Amino acid sequence: MHAHMTRRTALLGLASAISVGRTSLAMAAAPTDRRFVVIILRGALDGLSALVPYGDPALTGLRGALVPPLPGREGGMGDLGGFFGLHPALPGLYALYREGQVLPIHAVAGPVRTRSHFEAQDLMESGAEQRMSSGWLNRAVQTMPPRPGAGVPLSIGVALPLLMRGPAAVGAYAPPSFGQPQADLYAKLVAMHQADPITGPALRQGLAERGFTTAQLAGFTPEPGQRNSFPTLAGTAGRLMAAPDGPRVAAMELGGWDTHTGQAQRLTGQLKQLDDGIVALKAGLGAAWANTVVMVMTEFGRTVHVNGTGGTDHGTGAAAFLAGGAVSGGHVIATWPGLSPTQLLERRDLQPTIDLRSVAKGVLAGHFGLAPAALNQAFPNSQGAPPLLGLVRAA
Amino acid sequence: MGSPRSGCYSAIMETRAIHALNRFGFGRAAGQPLPADPAGWLTLQLTGRDNAPTALQPDPTSAAAALALFEQDRIDPPPPGQPRRAAALFRAETGALLLNALTTEAGFRERLVWFWANHFTISTRRGMVAPLAGSFVRDAIRPHVTGRFGDMLLAVMRHPAMLVYLDNAGSAGPNSPAGLRRNRGLNENLARECLELHTVTPAAGYTQADVTEFARILTGWSTEAREVPLGYRFRANLHEPGEKRVLGRSFAEGEQGGVEALTWLGDHPMTHRALAQKLTRHFIADTPAPNAVRAIEGALRDTRGNLAAAARALVALPAAWTPLQKVRSPMDLTFAAFRAGLPPATLPAATDGPLPGVLNNLGQPLFNAIQPSGWPDAAADWAGPEAMMRRIDWAYAFANRPELPDPLAFAETALGPLLPERTLTDMRQAGSRREAITLLLASPEFQRR
Repeated sequence: MHAHMTRRTALLGLASAISVGRTSLAMAAAPTDRRFVVIILRGALDGLSALVPYGDPALTGLRGALVPPLPGREGGMGDLGGFFGLHPALPGLYALYREGQVLPIHAVAGPVRTRSHFEAQDLMESGAEQRMSSGWLNRAVQTMPPRPGAGVPLSIGVALPLLMRGPAAVGAYAPPSFGQPQADLYAKLVAMHQADPITGPALRQGLAERGFTTAQLAGFTPEPGQRNSFPTLAGTAGRLMAAPDGPRVAAMELGGWDTHTGQAQRLTGQLKQLDDGIVALKAGLGAAWANTVVMVMTEFGRTVHVNGTGGTDHGTGAAAFLAGGAVSGGHVIATWPGLSPTQLLERRDLQPTIDLRSVAKGVLAGHFGLAPAALNQAFPNSQGAPPLLGLVRAA
Repeated sequence: MGSPRSGCYSAIMETRAIHALNRFGFGRAAGQPLPADPAGWLTLQLTGRDNAPTALQPDPTSAAAALALFEQDRIDPPPPGQPRRAAALFRAETGALLLNALTTEAGFRERLVWFWANHFTISTRRGMVAPLAGSFVRDAIRPHVTGRFGDMLLAVMRHPAMLVYLDNAGSAGPNSPAGLRRNRGLNENLARECLELHTVTPAAGYTQADVTEFARILTGWSTEAREVPLGYRFRANLHEPGEKRVLGRSFAEGEQGGVEALTWLGDHPMTHRALAQKLTRHFIADTPAPNAVRAIEGALRDTRGNLAAAARALVALPAAWTPLQKVRSPMDLTFAAFRAGLPPATLPAATDGPLPGVLNNLGQPLFNAIQPSGWPDAAADWAGPEAMMRRIDWAYAFANRPELPDPLAFAETALGPLLPERTLTDMRQAGSRREAITLLLASPEFQRR
């Protein structure tokens, strides 16, 4: 571990800087070559549009113009086995589905019913029935034995989502925006911030990550204007994770899903970004895609009824997706609750039948071999939500 | 060094003055005198008119005029290469707003304006909001920063920027004339966020039925964006008929029912509690002591939501005069650096492009918060690893500006006695002026307010 850090930071000529206070830094890292990426869709993806239950007789009456054309029609959805269809703006995911590498899951929700974006996101990222100061992904990583040579979990973007906050050290990556000073100035600042409980650890970790990403991305130039687009960031994340000493766990986020108005058109653009992003992530990961699980989750679903302005309001049951070479996909997981008025939650929302924590726990157990105690550390008091089995291919 | 310290001005008072300028304002400007009575200087800012020259003088653009520009862009788009009128207005308005933050002598009052504008977040993620942002701050926020919260709430909920951003403009009662004739219906976005974020918060225990009823109350609160007169319009044909109940209380049909509901919510005990929590977190500490929050809550309760009283109560908190511990947001960080470092003559150019660009890169673009909850307000939200690296890189870029003063004079202006010997020594030993200023702006002390 120490040798690795020295080599990594030497890339910026910073070995001396990093030796300051370095030993106290817990270098949590996943114990295998398996990769795990969580993509948070903020604002609540309309699951009934992304993963369309076109076989439900009530759908067309409820949704009308928001239902994409049937499979086989021009611009139609991709068929997922005769009942569900994938939105036509997700061709990349559909191709992966047909290779058995995408596992859509429907009627998913966390344990607490709330239609507040902010509360629901906090709870989803906390992995608990109340808001915590750390996220389930961080706590999950903390339970894994450190693996020499692998990088710390990576957050893509300037801000650190709650999902990734917590006791395990995490790095962050975002495309550079300013010129950078010489290494010795960073070294002075690391020393100056050493005793600061907030900025000190952040700076040390930021510097270590900068050394790594600068080396890994040397010679890689995204298209002009695309530097901060979701597909470019996803592709970059894939490259960083593909490196032998790269992170094994990463988190990304994509906003803009709160489609209260003009949903059909807005959602098509949003889904295309997500689809392009997953395709780019796969390309960046290269051969490592075979050992990867991507989990796409959102805070809740949207109302089954169309609202008064061509959109949908905040609902409950949502869709989630797993993608990756390690995913045991090619079918849909759902205990379909139905869309008739009496089957809806409060006569307005898709009734959830799968706990989102069961999905995440199923991935952590199947992909990383986390034992029940570790799963309970990541998801406190979640005995009522046992891990879903069979989400991930056997190693 | 041009230090304004004098022998009779005690070190304690100097520390309090620097606290006042940084905790409650946007930092000290070069040449700005230290107030002799810091607490009195703060509370004096809460009286009288707000004379901030934030409008494009002499002709501030009203919401109606902004909507007209937006409509002109639609029917007569500017030739390729030329900015849209709405975009030009947004740039001018945000430039004026920034310039005021960088030059004001009444930093507390101005910080309150930004605080309330963030409480009532609007975002240019909805295109029509951009030309309205200047009017929103000028007409809905600024006049009420030292007035009653309920008045601000009412002004915000009638401003086209909010009605467009949170989708209320087209919301129709299912049994309204438009709802029955054209099969239009409710959009509950604004109603939900008003309860959750602007007023009582989920701690009040409202249900989905309350949200839906409040959305019905607000049907008809709309915007006219095409036909004169432009601006806020109550559209009776969208309004849901009948009495409605929110949190156990009845409100009459019509626009007046909405006014009554907002007046009641604005002065609700749970609203006072939520605002007290948010103000204290912003001005004092990420996790303020419960008695501090209670003091502000009491001030709001006793005055029926007078925001000047709440602000005075903040100044009176003993915790307001303890060492600075809030981590600066990117806006706080850059504003403080620009104020202390740049000569006033260079600020208009700096606010027209460069500063907005820096805020983008540091993760806090103007009027572009990701969600209606606005910008977060805790260290964990701003001091992640990549965020810290970007602060340093920005400091290094900024430190290269030729107009900056001598590094130690810069330090004296910005932080005075708060800067520890350690940081000063590092600055003195730096290899260049640029490096010394980078060390100042990236120091732990400069990250705090």
